[in-house]
Amino acid sequence: MLEIKNIDVHFGMIHALKGVSFTVNDGDIVTLIGANGAGKKTTLRTVSGLKKPTNGEILLDGKNITHTSAQDIVRMGISHVPEGRRVFPTMTVLENLELGAFLRRDKDGIARDLKMVFERFPILADRRKQAAGTLSGGEQQMLAIGRALMSRPKILFLDEPSMGLAPLLVQEIFNIIKDINSSGTTILLVEQNASMALQIADYAYVIETGSIVLSGTGAELMQSEDIKKAYLGG
Amino acid sequence: MEQLLQQIINGISLGSIYALIALGYTMVYGIIKLINFAHSDVYMLGAYIGYFCMTKLNLGFLPSLVIAMILCTIVGVTIEKVAYKPLRNSTRIAVLITAIGVSLFIEYVTMAIAGANVRSYPPMTGLMAESFNIGSINITMQQLITLGITILLMVLLQFIVKKTRIGKAMRAVSLDQDAAMLMGINVNSTISFTFALGSALAGAAGIMVGVYYNSINPLMGMLPGLKAFVAAVFGGIGIIPGAMIGGYFIGIIEVLVSGYGNSMYRDGVVFAILILVLIIKPTGLLGKNIREKV
Repeated sequence: MLEIKNIDVHFGMIHALKGVSFTVNDGDIVTLIGANGAGKKTTLRTVSGLKKPTNGEILLDGKNITHTSAQDIVRMGISHVPEGRRVFPTMTVLENLELGAFLRRDKDGIARDLKMVFERFPILADRRKQAAGTLSGGEQQMLAIGRALMSRPKILFLDEPSMGLAPLLVQEIFNIIKDINSSGTTILLVEQNASMALQIADYAYVIETGSIVLSGTGAELMQSEDIKKAYLGG
Repeated sequence: MEQLLQQIINGISLGSIYALIALGYTMVYGIIKLINFAHSDVYMLGAYIGYFCMTKLNLGFLPSLVIAMILCTIVGVTIEKVAYKPLRNSTRIAVLITAIGVSLFIEYVTMAIAGANVRSYPPMTGLMAESFNIGSINITMQQLITLGITILLMVLLQFIVKKTRIGKAMRAVSLDQDAAMLMGINVNSTISFTFALGSALAGAAGIMVGVYYNSINPLMGMLPGLKAFVAAVFGGIGIIPGAMIGGYFIGIIEVLVSGYGNSMYRDGVVFAILILVLIIKPTGLLGKNIREKV
């Protein structure tokens, strides 16, 4: 279980997160929705250890990880697929996936997980020797997700996985997310595509200018008039 | 024809030195986008450490080479930890100016300790002093050993960068630092390792130059450092094979200009080439503009 308690984040003079608190229960898909610049991305980056909060604490299974290094946070079971996929463009698909398992030493386990990723994304197996930068946007997203799975995470963070993808691919990516979740991985999903995110979410939080303003199950929020108006286009 | 071959052989020896130094520039630039001006002084220290080992400790060439490489590694990593790491989140210009400061610091501390005068390496004996002729072309054992060691180090470097875990981490950090952190890569230790590799190569270049050209002084790093930097830019800064090709290219050009033209012009020609490369192909010979798909 991941608990974020009252965190504040500053970028110089800018107060980006103002006392954000939320909880991600094991086995759930939790989504964080909100407009551009609301603080979704900063929240994920802070929990991953890329940005340090000025206040508050972050607990993973009861352990305080607020000041833990990004490296140790990966080791403790959080894997983060950043916005814009951020694959290593001049390295091959295989090398990208191997980097996902950077902290692991169990060769057999890595080989098994590599096979599992290739089964889940057959296109990556076909292109394993190809430079990641030459893949299409959708393929890069699959690679980024596959790479994150290679660390065998307890919780998978997904930052805007549908961004820039054709509608058909968006559906496919969301199916993949559901599938990963049903095989036991907890998901924390950040999305601008609120309707898709709410459809698959067990629980959702709405973030506005650095604060959580609303929360509820995915179904509840889909019915909310405010949400419909602000995020679901009517 | 024979004269040309002779010149090219001399050029390859000089090019080996440039290539070894250029690798350090290019790797550090690749990973933290810094032109490490202090790098040429690590090379100078390599020459001094080699001198000390060979004259004061009476060690042979190979043990001196190993000691020079190890000590230069320590110096390089220390420079990074003390001078550059605290500036990790500063502007690039702040780090660049710091690098110039570190460079001057090392030069003048060396001058204070070892004196500003030129020192000569001891004459080589045994195998190192031998040479042989093919036709009328003269090849010295020193040239062969310089080339052999350079190639060995380059192969080793390529192996480390391409095949090892830390090498993959280096490439990942140089491509995308945030994404590398999300893989669990320790960015600081990866950067330190990059400085270590580059400094070891510079140390090797330093002692080989001492043996080859005999004379060393505390400011000896400046011009070769600049030319090695030109070599790195020529090949495409941040690209390891580019630095190797660039180093040999610059070395051979320089020797040819001295041999056939006027040795007064050799540095001018090198920098003219830099300007041409920057005009025609700003990313260097092997440089690519990678456009990312959205």
